[in-house]
Amino acid sequence: MIDVEIHQRLGGFQLDVDFSGDGGVTALFGPSGSGKSSVIKFIAGLTRLRSGRIVVDGAVMADGQTRHVPPHRRRIGVVFQEARLFPHLSVRHNLRYGRLFTPRGQRHIAEGPVIETLGIGHLLDRHPSTLSGGEQQRVSLGRALLASPRLLLMDEPLASLDAPRRLEILPLIEALRDEFGIPIVYVSHAVEEVVRLAGKVVVLEAGKVARVGSPTDVFRVAADRFEIMSVIEGRLGPPNAPFQLTPVETPAGIVWLNGLVRPLGREVRVLVHATDVALATRRPEGVTIRTVLAGTVADVPDGSGPSVTVDVALDGGSRIAASVTRAAVAELGLKPGRPVFALVKSVALDERPL
Amino acid sequence: MPDLSPDAWTAIALSFKVAAVATLWGVPVSTVLALILARGRFPGKALFDGLIHLPLVLPPVVTGYALLLLLGRKGLIGAFLDQHFGIVFAFRWTGAVVAAVVMSLPIIVRAIRLSIEAVDARLEQASGALGAGPFATFFLVTLPLSLPGILVGATLGFAKALGEFGATITFVSNIPGETRTIASAIYTASQSPEGDGEALLLSVIAACIGLAALVASEVIARWFRRASS
Repeated sequence: MIDVEIHQRLGGFQLDVDFSGDGGVTALFGPSGSGKSSVIKFIAGLTRLRSGRIVVDGAVMADGQTRHVPPHRRRIGVVFQEARLFPHLSVRHNLRYGRLFTPRGQRHIAEGPVIETLGIGHLLDRHPSTLSGGEQQRVSLGRALLASPRLLLMDEPLASLDAPRRLEILPLIEALRDEFGIPIVYVSHAVEEVVRLAGKVVVLEAGKVARVGSPTDVFRVAADRFEIMSVIEGRLGPPNAPFQLTPVETPAGIVWLNGLVRPLGREVRVLVHATDVALATRRPEGVTIRTVLAGTVADVPDGSGPSVTVDVALDGGSRIAASVTRAAVAELGLKPGRPVFALVKSVALDERPL
Repeated sequence: MPDLSPDAWTAIALSFKVAAVATLWGVPVSTVLALILARGRFPGKALFDGLIHLPLVLPPVVTGYALLLLLGRKGLIGAFLDQHFGIVFAFRWTGAVVAAVVMSLPIIVRAIRLSIEAVDARLEQASGALGAGPFATFFLVTLPLSLPGILVGATLGFAKALGEFGATITFVSNIPGETRTIASAIYTASQSPEGDGEALLLSVIAACIGLAALVASEVIARWFRRASS
């Protein structure tokens, strides 16, 4: 459990943030310059809080002018954008560093499972300079975790890695979240990461909390139609190996993923850009689109521009947003309650973070 | 070794003793000073920096004279130390050590400071987030990463202490067996008509030791550069 309340001026920038997080991953999401990293620095104690309050697990870390626990006494782990491994220590000693300062009774995270989950057993005797970027960041995750922190802060931990590396680390963070039960505050401006990891998203804009909610709720509303995204949850089905496709089974129909994604039966979230969704009043034939989801129109906003974002309630409860022209809305007579099919270009669906 | 008098051998041995003890004291003191200069932010830092480097620009005689005024038997600090602790520096080999420390301090501080400034402060931040307090962070992260600079500083400081003359002779005079170092011995020999051979031989020895120290510090620096890349 974490409660954060910050009211502070930073240079020419006023930060007013108030949110709480529970056991899972709480994502701080927003464009760069929105104050995400500043919030992390306040929670870690790297910046002194003058007005506000930070409580982690019932322990007051900072309270206005009256209390400031120094960073090394907070037992809050930080994974930075760069791995920041100690260059003069082997991987093994990097991993054991935090343990030196953790009281014996609170070392509840054991080395073995962490090393196994992160797949870094073969690197233990190496020196950080000989590791690849992805390997370094894996060790950095393990190092933070092995201090048995009561909270783990991750400040864009994937931002300095290339796309394949990100795809390799993301499931590891997912596994850490599920296996070790340490609450995580995750800072990112990548929707894909946030959707995949977070149970709760705090959207920051210009130093203020713009929206708070589940990833599904938060990303359905955005000012720019290219930023509107829907999250569809489903279960991986048996892949179609010859055509290199994997089905995600949802109550509204099958969403086809590019590539072979495993394991069978895993719960996944799929991200769909509103601009990649078309609507049809009948189940279409003779089109290349493979993903056809059944639902009913929930909302058609009024507008005067060329396009509107139609909100569709899919069978089974998920929502999907479709950015379509106002002309099409008028011609098809789309209005709330009307059954429709949402057509999604399969090629737009992928697990890969952009 | 031809033509070196027992006195000259005594001077060489004394020089090594003085320089070794001066380095043992000088390096930890310099490390603390370098840390303050590299990471500290306080008013008067430039003045503090200047004071440490002053012996580098002053005539060594002035430094020696200042030491005499401060640490001599009747000096401000010297009288106090003598009365309360029975510690006397004036005209003792320990006084030669003090002079050597003061004279070599700027060189050692500079080498270590550059090395500490090259340590990525973000690593120190990471150490703090892992639960290490400022002291632990200094000993486990900052100090080991500054080791090349500390070794280079120690080597150069040792060489400087071996060769120190002006401040030493002013502060503790030139007493055979007590404060007569290689430099003082060369000076003494050069002042007597029959001492030319000994002065030359001692000068060559001093040059060889100095060169060896410079080469050693360069080798150390290169070795660390290679190890860290």
